[in-house]
Amino acid sequence: MDMNEIKEIFFQECEEQLAELESGLLKLNDGDRDPETVNAVFRAVHSIKGGAGAFGLDDLVSFAHVFETTLDCVRSNKLEPTQDVLKVMLKSADVLADLTNAARDGGSVDEARSRTLIRELEALAHGETHAAEPAAPKPVAAAPKPAEPAPVVAKPEVNDEGFQPIPFSFGDFDEEPAAKYVPTCQIVFRPNRELYAKGNEAVLLLRDLSRLGEMSVYCDMDRLPPLDKMNPEEAYFSWKMSVTTDKGEDGVRSVFEFAEWDCELDVRTIEEEVTGEAADDDEPPMQAVPFDLSLLEDGPAVSGDEEPVVSESDATAAIAAADTASKVAQVASRAAENAKAAAAATAAQASQASAAGQTIRVDLDRVDRLINLVGELVINQAMLSQSVVENDNNGVSSINMGLEELQQLTREIQDSVMAIRAQPVKPVFQRMARTVREIADITGKSVRLITEGENTEVDKTVIDKLAEPLTHMIRNAVDHGLEMPEKREALGKNPEGTVRLTAKHRSGRIVIELADDGAGINREKVRQKAIDNDLIAADANLSDEEIDNLIFHAGFSTADKVSDLSGRGVGMDVVKRSIQALGGRISISSKPGQGSVFTMSLPLTLAVLDGMVVTVAGQTLVVPLTAIVETLQPEASAIHSFGASQRLISIRNSFCPLVDVGRILNFRATQANPIEGVALLVESEGGGQRALMVDAIQGQRQVVIKSLEANYTHVPGIAAATILGDGRVALILDVDAVVAASRGQPLRQDISLAATG
Amino acid sequence: MKKKVLTVDDSRTIRNMLLVTLNNAGFETIQAEDGVEGLEVLETSNPDVIVTDINMPRLDGFGFIEGVRRNEKFRAIPILVLTTESDAEKKNRARQAGATGWIVKPFDPTKLIDAIERVTA
Repeated sequence: MDMNEIKEIFFQECEEQLAELESGLLKLNDGDRDPETVNAVFRAVHSIKGGAGAFGLDDLVSFAHVFETTLDCVRSNKLEPTQDVLKVMLKSADVLADLTNAARDGGSVDEARSRTLIRELEALAHGETHAAEPAAPKPVAAAPKPAEPAPVVAKPEVNDEGFQPIPFSFGDFDEEPAAKYVPTCQIVFRPNRELYAKGNEAVLLLRDLSRLGEMSVYCDMDRLPPLDKMNPEEAYFSWKMSVTTDKGEDGVRSVFEFAEWDCELDVRTIEEEVTGEAADDDEPPMQAVPFDLSLLEDGPAVSGDEEPVVSESDATAAIAAADTASKVAQVASRAAENAKAAAAATAAQASQASAAGQTIRVDLDRVDRLINLVGELVINQAMLSQSVVENDNNGVSSINMGLEELQQLTREIQDSVMAIRAQPVKPVFQRMARTVREIADITGKSVRLITEGENTEVDKTVIDKLAEPLTHMIRNAVDHGLEMPEKREALGKNPEGTVRLTAKHRSGRIVIELADDGAGINREKVRQKAIDNDLIAADANLSDEEIDNLIFHAGFSTADKVSDLSGRGVGMDVVKRSIQALGGRISISSKPGQGSVFTMSLPLTLAVLDGMVVTVAGQTLVVPLTAIVETLQPEASAIHSFGASQRLISIRNSFCPLVDVGRILNFRATQANPIEGVALLVESEGGGQRALMVDAIQGQRQVVIKSLEANYTHVPGIAAATILGDGRVALILDVDAVVAASRGQPLRQDISLAATG
Repeated sequence: MKKKVLTVDDSRTIRNMLLVTLNNAGFETIQAEDGVEGLEVLETSNPDVIVTDINMPRLDGFGFIEGVRRNEKFRAIPILVLTTESDAEKKNRARQAGATGWIVKPFDPTKLIDAIERVTA
């Protein structure tokens, strides 16, 4: 793995963190005051900052830092997460997302916006400081507290300057001009027992120190009690060292960076002449002790390490052994109740761990390959069943029984594999929250987005393709649907409008509803517009529902002024088409003054399809079940000729063009006799109905979709292919294309070439 | 013998960076995603040194360090804290919980390895 791959992981992780951030903020917005929610939000920003720092993404780091600081105020209860505060934070989350995207894909962010937010965030963090001051007379906690010595520490005067990280870099000293003489540092080092308890080790410190320059060590063992009074965990030794080094006192202190707190440390630089004077003191004489580093390198444990340090002195071996023993004992001994408490805690945590769901990340290609193979398996199983049935005249055999079980098993495998691709709609719903915020901001409306059923799962492809139509619909709902706050108030409504986005499973499909509590469809206006645009006759008698559905017609927009938001050249017709491209349907119901509800019903997967298997001119075709409204057996009296070759069928007092599928697809040269066939009433993209003529219906079946483009080439009028139980390839009809062709637009190869190219 | 490092961090990015850095430097690396998992992994892995993050779900770095220091078998293992916070308060808390030393994020590979070398034999 190289840095680029890690960076890729970082951005993936950012996306997750951003989603986490947003959902956390929204929970807070809904009044959730669970500290864990605040923590999760904080962690999300913190993680992004941490990773961004590693990759030198400075813009991201600095914004995340300000954001994090403000969140920290919320986390420490210094800042109340009011609606106003959360508004700023949600916007900040959006900017953070923009910055992340900019860092990944290049491009720029709205700098003015992020600067404004940085100011607002800082104001929140500072505002809290001022507000908090009267209550808390002490300076705010941001000031570093003086280091509190741990209770066990014997001499508290050691070091109360707190932990200042001392940059440990030898490069810092490179620029110093080479001194004529190298100064010597005299160090007194007296570790407390805490130093060992925290996993620091005196011998390692001495080792590091010896690397600074020539060093002599004196070990002070005066405090060592007799063996029977010795506490194995106590620190009895102290050391005096002198190091001749050009790293200076700072260099020496940086060696003790981690240990400073748990020891007495005195570092002094002495001039060379002074060394002589110091020697005259009644201090114990310094004796040079060879410090053998090689022993450290391979030393299996701490024990034995110290021996070389002191072995030169007489009578110290026993003491060193004793000290060594203390280290060993340190590992072994501890009160039993402590162990029990720890065990209990670990057990509790373990159970918590098992409660959290475990996941693995898998390359999508692998999943798709598996899905493909399972598709093959299903087909193979169907073929096998069929040939067994054909060859087994008795009808009952153990093979048949086994086959039934196999069939059940394959179906289960297929379902489970499909479930792998299923993802909750949550990420898309979360993106909608941002859309709502932005539009609410621009339009000056106050909107609350409520989402339900975010964990409803659907195929990943469906999710990916859902975002765009949904965004557009939300824009419409806020921009056109909801009234301005003043108007809402005047109408006795809550000035804050509500947009409700829900997802649920219903009979093997996912149903997504988008409801607003706005004005509803202005039917008079829609009707007038439709008349103006020649969509309907001026005297057409339309039901309310029919009028509502007019908004799905191409190029239809009721807003008098095309606003900046919804006027992006995309109408509800495009929304409808993209939903249909996913094998879905969309409908609207509206109540004047109470709002509108858009209902979308989508297949759970794009890999299998419920189809009606039909015969046309000897060919087997599959018609997607979602397209079919009803099937009927035409009677001679219902068929009416129209023009040169057109025919209509009358269904319950309305006329519907009759389309011969075999003729359109060039399966036959002349039109079939409608009376001998079956009509499938289908609804096409324009909303109009057509009756598709086929010769016979074989039955309904779930089929595995195989791409024609990938295996052959695009065929006009055909959406895809599948393999039937008898092993034959059946084509899946592209209903919209066939209907369009029936309107006189021939199925053109060049369009399909463009599509495949 | 290779030195064994246990890293505890909830960020996939940081985990991967640690893994690459440590493996390149010739360490054996074991990873956990939060304090709870860290304590579990500790039982079976017997590392020479632990590198842990502070902000983590379920059990944060402070709690994790305390957990290790309470552990009869493993309480003497050196623990380095990875921290973006350069303020003294966080470090004090980590020290009080029993951390051996710290590494300020974003770390560069030399700094990380240097810190590990400093606390291990």
